[in-house]
Amino acid sequence: MNTTDNHHAPRCLIAEDEPLLAAGLRADLAGLWPQLQVVATVGDGLSAAAQTLALKPEICFFDIRMPGCSGLEAAQALAEDWPDGESFPLIVFVTAYDDYALQAFQAQAVDYLVKPVDPTRLVACVKRLRARLADRSGAQGAPLEQTLNDSLAQLRALLGGVAAAPATPMPRLEVIQAQAGSLVHLVPVAEVIYFEAADKYVRVVTADREHLIRLSLRDLLPQLDPAVFWQIHRGTVVQARCISTARREESGKVTLALRGCSDKLTASRLYAHLFKGL
Amino acid sequence: MSPLAEQTPVSPPPASAWAAAWLRARSQGWRHVWVVGALCVGIALLLTAIDGSGFGTKLVYSLAIGSICTLIVDGSRLLMAYGADRVRSARGLPLQPERYASGWHGLLPGMLLCVLAGPLLGLWLGDLITGNRSPSLLRLNSANTRITLVLSLLGTVFSVFAISTLERLAAAREQAQQAQRLAAENQLRLLQSQLEPHMLFNTLANLRVLIGLDPPQAQAMLDRLIAFLRATLNASRSSSQPLAAEFTQLADYLALMALRMGPRLQVRLDLPAALASLQVPPLLLQPLVENAIKHGLEPKIEGGRIDVSAQADGLMLQLTVRDSGVGLNQAAAPGSLGAGSGFGLEQVRQRLATLYGSRASLQLQAVVADAEGGAAGVEAIIRMPLP
Repeated sequence: MNTTDNHHAPRCLIAEDEPLLAAGLRADLAGLWPQLQVVATVGDGLSAAAQTLALKPEICFFDIRMPGCSGLEAAQALAEDWPDGESFPLIVFVTAYDDYALQAFQAQAVDYLVKPVDPTRLVACVKRLRARLADRSGAQGAPLEQTLNDSLAQLRALLGGVAAAPATPMPRLEVIQAQAGSLVHLVPVAEVIYFEAADKYVRVVTADREHLIRLSLRDLLPQLDPAVFWQIHRGTVVQARCISTARREESGKVTLALRGCSDKLTASRLYAHLFKGL
Repeated sequence: MSPLAEQTPVSPPPASAWAAAWLRARSQGWRHVWVVGALCVGIALLLTAIDGSGFGTKLVYSLAIGSICTLIVDGSRLLMAYGADRVRSARGLPLQPERYASGWHGLLPGMLLCVLAGPLLGLWLGDLITGNRSPSLLRLNSANTRITLVLSLLGTVFSVFAISTLERLAAAREQAQQAQRLAAENQLRLLQSQLEPHMLFNTLANLRVLIGLDPPQAQAMLDRLIAFLRATLNASRSSSQPLAAEFTQLADYLALMALRMGPRLQVRLDLPAALASLQVPPLLLQPLVENAIKHGLEPKIEGGRIDVSAQADGLMLQLTVRDSGVGLNQAAAPGSLGAGSGFGLEQVRQRLATLYGSRASLQLQAVVADAEGGAAGVEAIIRMPLP
């Protein structure tokens, strides 16, 4: 099984906003795993997702707290945008002291490292990564699908676990105030068909019109009732009773048709399991 | 749940006047019994001294009247609390747990009632026990009757006064304990927020790498960390320190942050020499600088700069922390990963209010980009009287 290693050296990407820590991890990895080629070192979450998609390394080290977006959000973006038929990277999360995140990682048996990285812990991590890579190249076809599904399941549980432990429980939003020029529209949340992230704004779509609010979807989400509003994509939250049909596509994504709105929405692989009974 | 919350268990305050009155009756009830019992024995002794005989019988009557009065006073208070709850909830008003639970509010109606009903029922109860037959109290011409009525009145007034004083003392003691507990908790939280584990472990991780790359610089940074930790521990124990000490501590903290963030962080500290020795409360600026980094610069991909300055303005001292980060809108949004609880700002505000009242202020405002190259961001300004 080392033959595959020889004709294609494993490649990795390091996402870490603190330059010394990135250099340190790089140096430690060079000592422990000389064949591993670091194809990129990036300092923010957005570049982490973009560069991983562009370079398709086999392994990613993602810091959790990064500017732009967190390592978890970067992993979520990867899972949603990852092309079919390519093997999903093995992601190792790196974090300083973050109580609840650590518990989530332990529960999901995800590879994670705690800063400052303990050398013996890094040796074990490298060993596990090599074994997983060897497994992958040993068998063909089916496992490829399998690794993506495993990663999706882990990520799903991780996002659920971390999101389920907010610092303070948020009061539910009843009315949304959307400003347009000097006019403020008051939109009852119950009338919203879906929310869609658009750069620094969120599009609020109702049956008759749409509004823009200056709030990120991440900040809006904890204020919505998760039983009423379902997240179906990292950038989309839809009111469940407004979904009329869900069609499963080849790619594993699900296309949703809506009541009272001609738009079509796409549920990503990460959230496709919501429509399993269909 | 923070470990702090587990260390200082505080029973939840009663939600209704009924619950508060019941709690008080249960905790103070025995004390009432002792006060009233002692008073009754005193009255019986007094009457025996006047009369010359019959202490046993007098004690029975006196205790009978005393216990009926106690039942009426304490019982009517519970009833009033219950009634007040019902009325307020029927009108949709918030309940007032403390209003009828202690003090005169709850005691007065019972007092009036028991001056009339207490002796009547007490004599009846006494008759029941002793088998005697006392003359009816409603015939006011007998001297005995008058003495009974006057003594009941005086006894009730005295015991109610004694009880409410005792209750007020107990309440004041409780309040003082609560305030002490709150102060200790705040100090602990301040210390905890200064020694945030995320900051400590990340700094240590950086030092660990730096030791391999550049030992002399690693040593210098370790010295900074030591100085910062020592200053934080000292500051949390003292009530004031020179402004220069606060700035030195900021310089240490920011040097450690600059090590971590690399070129993403630029720092400028500006302390005029004339202000260096001014005595100020410790750790006023530190939480503001931490906020600027955590909520302003850390989330910004390209990073930015932070300016800390002090200036005298007439009779006021103005301390400014300005960052060129993501701005108030983004930073203030709650619920985002790593969002603070707002404790830093709140405790600075509280401490200023405690020390200087309305003469000091903390203001947080958005900074708009200006033509001279000043970037947009957030500015936190403390204004306080010059010492």
